[in-house]
Amino acid sequence: MTNLRYDETEEALRESVRALLRAHSPWSAVLARVDGVESYDPGLWRRLGTDLGLAGLAVPEALGGAGAGFREVAVVLEELGRAVAPVPYLGHAVAVRALLTCVETDLLGEVATGERIAVLAVPFATPPGPPEPTVVGGGDLTGTIVGVADALPADLLLVPATDGLYLVEADGPGVSRVPVVSLDATRQLCDIVLDGAPGRRIAAGHAAVGAVTDALTAGAALLAAEQVGVAQWCLDTTVEYVKQRHQFGRPVGSFQAVKHRLADVWVSVTEARAVARYAADCLANDSVDTPVAAALAQAYCGDVAVTAAQECVQLHGGIGFTWEHPAHLYLKRAKSAAIGFGTADRHRAKLAILADLPG
Amino acid sequence: MADDDDAAADRLRDRVAAFLGQHDPHGDRIEFLRARFDAGLAWVHYPVGLGGLGAPRHLQPVVDAAFVLAGAPDNQPRRNSIGIGMAAPTLLRHGTPDQHHRFLRPLWTGEEIWCQLFSEPGAGSDLAGVTTRAVRDGDDWVVTGQKVWTSMAHRARWAILLARTDPELPKHRGMTYFVCDLSGPGVEVRPLRQLTGEAEFNEVFLTDVRLPDSLRLGAVGEGWQVARTTLMNERVSIGGAPMPREGGMIGLLTRTWRDRADLRTPGRHDEILRLWVRAEAARLTALRLRQQLVAGEPGPEGSAVKLSFAGLAQAISGTEVELLGADGLRHDDWSLRRSTEPDLLGRGATYRYLRARGNSIEGGTSEILRNIIAERVLGLPAEPRVDR
Repeated sequence: MTNLRYDETEEALRESVRALLRAHSPWSAVLARVDGVESYDPGLWRRLGTDLGLAGLAVPEALGGAGAGFREVAVVLEELGRAVAPVPYLGHAVAVRALLTCVETDLLGEVATGERIAVLAVPFATPPGPPEPTVVGGGDLTGTIVGVADALPADLLLVPATDGLYLVEADGPGVSRVPVVSLDATRQLCDIVLDGAPGRRIAAGHAAVGAVTDALTAGAALLAAEQVGVAQWCLDTTVEYVKQRHQFGRPVGSFQAVKHRLADVWVSVTEARAVARYAADCLANDSVDTPVAAALAQAYCGDVAVTAAQECVQLHGGIGFTWEHPAHLYLKRAKSAAIGFGTADRHRAKLAILADLPG
Repeated sequence: MADDDDAAADRLRDRVAAFLGQHDPHGDRIEFLRARFDAGLAWVHYPVGLGGLGAPRHLQPVVDAAFVLAGAPDNQPRRNSIGIGMAAPTLLRHGTPDQHHRFLRPLWTGEEIWCQLFSEPGAGSDLAGVTTRAVRDGDDWVVTGQKVWTSMAHRARWAILLARTDPELPKHRGMTYFVCDLSGPGVEVRPLRQLTGEAEFNEVFLTDVRLPDSLRLGAVGEGWQVARTTLMNERVSIGGAPMPREGGMIGLLTRTWRDRADLRTPGRHDEILRLWVRAEAARLTALRLRQQLVAGEPGPEGSAVKLSFAGLAQAISGTEVELLGADGLRHDDWSLRRSTEPDLLGRGATYRYLRARGNSIEGGTSEILRNIIAERVLGLPAEPRVDR
């Protein structure tokens, strides 16, 4: 039976992640980082992925993981979205999903401890579905993959090629990663150029297609949790601000024009949370409805986060337009995430098929 | 907790089975319902002696299901929705023992239908502006005024009534809550025809209606506090039932879409898909709210559900009328019908489009609901007001 609530373990997990982020990744630190060359925070990843053991949350205990599941991964992502944390947790979780499908048991151990970061090397904008590889396989790999998220800090690349899914050492020979100046500086993209890079094939044919499709579906479902976190921060922060800020002799938040807009944001965040929970629950339980739930999540939650972030900038007035206020980090994260794993219209097109609503 | 619940549910099923052993579910309907009430199996969360057993509220479906399974008659709750949804919880919380024993059983069995005399031509969302007067005269109160938007009044025996007993006090004070006998002299009920042509609601004119003081609910001047109990229950009762995917109005639209390939255009296709997504989001939110309530974690999501439900019903029905094109120009019936229960999905698309206009007005307008969300959920400051 579908469970859309958070249980006590999940709430405890949320608290510990939130406390860690409060202590080690306040928005001031994130803001300082995005002005640098690379925004990724290796120290935060170590605390989160390794010390707290969250890198392997969805990996069974027998394979070296925490033996939890994707419901818990989604809770972590909500908090990471809330903090626009610059860690490759989403990309890593998507790769774990692919490795679980491929039954890569040896690898899963080191990936589960967070010692090695893995990512699926596909453009971040790829919607769920069969892969269309731009890399030519046959042992050594050649080709370019553009706009990959979370790949800059990665150790292992899962590369879909013309003849299967390959494992490639990110620092290995024939691999270059070219950073992209990204709209979302807290989740930097890079282009991956492979020029005769040695790879190990871990799946071929249907198995490879299945693994990539599963992983992309997981990505679409899990990204929704992050979007809920982004939207919730934007709502909470804006509500606090309009209570404090006075104009015309009273708090800005007492004006009905402001209140109604924030009430609408609250309604949509409330709904997005139910949608995202459904997607995570389906994913965790391998439900037959997972493709619908994932498409629904990206057809709905992306826009909610973008709207919340846009309202956050607007209702903060002038300060919301400045670099010094963190609102822009959330706006950029939200707008990028709305493209990640496919835009809403692509997911609606998918739902048209899944729900039998032909065009 | 879950194990305790399972055991409690088993005990309830045993009780129902024992009851069914002694009372024929296929005999006299009212006698059966009265006996069910007396056995505490009407609403299990009510106290013993008042139709209940003091059990947790979420076990009620266990009892209802057991009776349905036995083919027992139900109390047709939709025919007395105001009585069951609003009057009963208010009576329970604020009524005297005499009032409990007089009113609750015939209310639950449906022998007595209830309506609500709150809104007035000059007091809708701003309910504290009621001007209907109740003046003390010995052991009686004499009530004069006009009420409006009263559903069920043409069938009801009793009403819950909010009246002003002290016009000198600021408007949220000086009100008193009564039970009004609609069969007495001075009560006139007139159908209020609405834009669909039918008359679900009524205007009620009260002229020197005499109510004994024993029909007062709560203290004199405390009517607003009592009314808040009623209103809280009103918002809970709207839009709370779990639905399957495409179970509501969206299902009617998608059926038309699937059946009528000739009507499809690319623009309309995306519109339908957007509505499908919104409907699914609203459905999952209602489901999540329900799961939280069952787990004893009531949240404010009910306000979101009502607001979304209203907006969606309007958007979906509006799209359906346009999708039908030439057929959307035709209506089924403008005659003055007197419906006995709300029928939000029935009849044709044009009816649904018109009836859905009421969804964002009845039970609190969407604007008032946004104010409530902003102030009570988000904690935003109230707008300055001049009436307190």
